[in-house]
Amino acid sequence: MKRFARPIALVGCATVALCATIDSSAEAFAGPLFWTAIGHHNEAPALPADGTPAVELAANARRYTNGSFTGPAVDAYYGLVQVQVTIQGGRLASVEVLQYPSDRRTSRVINSQALPILESEVISAQSARVDIVSGATLTSHAYLRSINAALHQAGG
Amino acid sequence: MARDTRILMGMPITIEIVEDGLRDLVDDVFAYFATVDRRFSPFKPDSEVSALSRSPLPLSDLSADLREVLAIASRTKRETLGYFDIRRPDGRLDPSGIVKGWAVRNAARRIEAAGCQHFFVDAGGDIQSLGKTAKGEDWRIGIRNPFNDREIIKVLVPRGCGIATSGTYVRGQHIYDPYRPGQPIDDIVSLTVIGPDVLEADRFATAAFAMGKAGIRFLEELPGLEGYVVDLNGIATQTSGFRAFVTS
Repeated sequence: MKRFARPIALVGCATVALCATIDSSAEAFAGPLFWTAIGHHNEAPALPADGTPAVELAANARRYTNGSFTGPAVDAYYGLVQVQVTIQGGRLASVEVLQYPSDRRTSRVINSQALPILESEVISAQSARVDIVSGATLTSHAYLRSINAALHQAGG
Repeated sequence: MARDTRILMGMPITIEIVEDGLRDLVDDVFAYFATVDRRFSPFKPDSEVSALSRSPLPLSDLSADLREVLAIASRTKRETLGYFDIRRPDGRLDPSGIVKGWAVRNAARRIEAAGCQHFFVDAGGDIQSLGKTAKGEDWRIGIRNPFNDREIIKVLVPRGCGIATSGTYVRGQHIYDPYRPGQPIDDIVSLTVIGPDVLEADRFATAAFAMGKAGIRFLEELPGLEGYVVDLNGIATQTSGFRAFVTS
């Protein structure tokens, strides 16, 4: 079950590093320190008795160790990529890109075309009024199916 | 003002027209959705889509509407590297991934053609709005928390753009990765796309969702489209232009 943390952390990192090659070298990219920091046991939530789809967020339920964790610089073929994550209050607060390839003209071109730096955040409930709602709703059942499929992929 | 919600095409459809005296127009638009359902439902054995699913028909035998939807589906498949495919793993045709956005866009065009400038049409979270609310404010659209349907996690002001959300819905996995048939898409749970209109938003939301984690990068490369994806762990990632639509 502990290994389940891997794809989770990957999402946080890969969305910042953002390239296909990073995915293939993800393990070296994330580094043992990072995994140690966040490799917590993850439990699938129990189905509420009334069948309501209120499922606790995995990201909010997991308590990481507070602090900043720097991954190693990883060769992403066209240059090095390195990120630092910050955990506050037990939660992933930010991911900062320490270095990415931009020193060479060719790298810059590849970057602008294939490496958009996309912002990530932990979702949080908003109290503002809205006129219309767009969204997919996960029932507990669908959520548990997804969890099980993810666990299966993670070798759990 | 006229506003009504009805269940059609297996989902709640809401129409609100801010201008007065247009109750009949609302009824007309609902009637339009009913005709779309009769023609395009993969669940109705007597629909045109079901007939085409059972046996190939010459193009000349198809209605203009179905030809248009098939053309859009074929174009979308090309534009999304094959990730949008209306042919399901079992071989049946299911154009639902386009028909919803297409029908909402057409409904909005009907309302506009009748002279209205302030309205919205919402079919199961595919939303086309125009103009202002009855209070003269911008339409505000919430993105639902995929883990708790009583919460919203983002407030958007689309200003005439279309919005669609693909996800792992109540009925379970209904989107397939055509390159890995039979495998559920389990790493992302909700993807909201803002596009020039609701049809563009819908077709790219469906395709990008099927791409999994790579979908948001795909959207980033496309002009005129922005996206907000939520993964299984409640981490959201947005395209670089998405922030311009966010309000609080």
